[in-house]
Amino acid sequence: MNSAVKENIVQPLFKNNPVFVQLLGICSALAVTTSLNNAFTMTLAVVFVTAFSNLGVSLIRKIIPGSIRMIVEMAIIATLVILVDQILKAFSYNLSKQLSVYVGLIITNCIVMGRAEAFAIKNGPTVSLLDGIGNGLGYGVVLMIVAFFRELFGFGTLFGFTVLKTVNNGGWYVPNGLMVLAPAAFFLIGGIIWVLKTYGKGMQDDE
Amino acid sequence: MNNESILKTFGVATGVCVVCAIIVSFSSVALKGLQDQNKLLDKQVNVLKAAGLVPTDGKATKAEVAEKFKTAEIVVVDLATGAVVADADPNKVESDKTNFVALTPEQDVAKIKTAPKQAVVYRFNDENGALKTLVLPICGTGLWSRMNGFLSLNADLTTVAGIVFYDHGETPGLGGEISNPKWTEKWNGKTAVDETGAPVVKVVKGTANDAATEVDGISGATLTCNGVNGTIDFWLGPNGYGPYLKTLRGDAPAEASEASEN
Repeated sequence: MNSAVKENIVQPLFKNNPVFVQLLGICSALAVTTSLNNAFTMTLAVVFVTAFSNLGVSLIRKIIPGSIRMIVEMAIIATLVILVDQILKAFSYNLSKQLSVYVGLIITNCIVMGRAEAFAIKNGPTVSLLDGIGNGLGYGVVLMIVAFFRELFGFGTLFGFTVLKTVNNGGWYVPNGLMVLAPAAFFLIGGIIWVLKTYGKGMQDDE
Repeated sequence: MNNESILKTFGVATGVCVVCAIIVSFSSVALKGLQDQNKLLDKQVNVLKAAGLVPTDGKATKAEVAEKFKTAEIVVVDLATGAVVADADPNKVESDKTNFVALTPEQDVAKIKTAPKQAVVYRFNDENGALKTLVLPICGTGLWSRMNGFLSLNADLTTVAGIVFYDHGETPGLGGEISNPKWTEKWNGKTAVDETGAPVVKVVKGTANDAATEVDGISGATLTCNGVNGTIDFWLGPNGYGPYLKTLRGDAPAEASEASEN
């Protein structure tokens, strides 16, 4: 059990990271990584959705007819996403305003569907839940790394606290305009993948 | 048991749908009260920010906002005549679809396609009931999408008391700087309209030359700034609050039309 926990939660963080290794969920990683606050909320939302969609799919995996398998998975995921959206709107209105449509777009995040389809449909509820948490966190790690660089260099802040005082606010730092735009996330993710593939242990592609 | 039978397929599909529907409707009903409260609070905070009654960068507590917002006099204004509509319900005006008319391209400098016939404005008065600050809702299209905000004028109805954009989709860090208090502060005290009531305040490219009517542009956000200029021109102009401001200044006989309406 203990090793299964470790396996399912730790593996997706780096070694089998859904974004770096499986290249899933890139599109939303571009949109919500302009600030650490957004990235963190998005991480929580995605962890919640992947964990419970995996759990839900796994619980009813034995009675889902193969022909409507994906539609059932989709319905479960969509329900969870709406739930997250509603909760954010009720309890954290400002964040939900900033994340706007991207919370709803978790539905289209390939990681959620990918894990339900590749893992939860074949495995028991406990490991599926752990696998969901692990993959959600793996996605979150990437979001946080990318958001760290984008917020620091694009706005001169971290979690909204000023680190480099920008010219607009009477400081010296001229923010990097590229960092606030979506392509910056592409470059960052590309760079990280390159570093990991080159130096990461056991992460090289098979020759 | 055969999972693939038609009956089973329908059964599972129905079961999943019912369970999901129950969860979704329950969450929506249970949380609606809180969500509406948040929306209202958000609006009130921004009205107060525009009026300069709460700090634009700091956070105000719920109680503080509710307390201060009580001092606001909510008025429904007929934009074309500039008269106050005494019997209109301010809560309904903004969501009433029949309240909106299409604009001709020449009129539509803010690129909003339709404008309301009646609008809700917020008056903050002093102890004697004389106007201290007037908060006007404004909206216009920026580079990407609709920008919503409030513009407030001082008692002289000429100088800007504050401006906020609380809802917009401009690029963070570039056009998104329109919601940076450091930038909106620059508007305070600018002359919004000239003696004839025509809007004169505008955002210029680079640094402002005329301290009375020009606001520094945001670098990298020329199109957003153009949108802001269009917004100001429209709402302070003849199709926006122009007639109402004239009425308040007392140089149009709109008081009479108000009286005849009642």
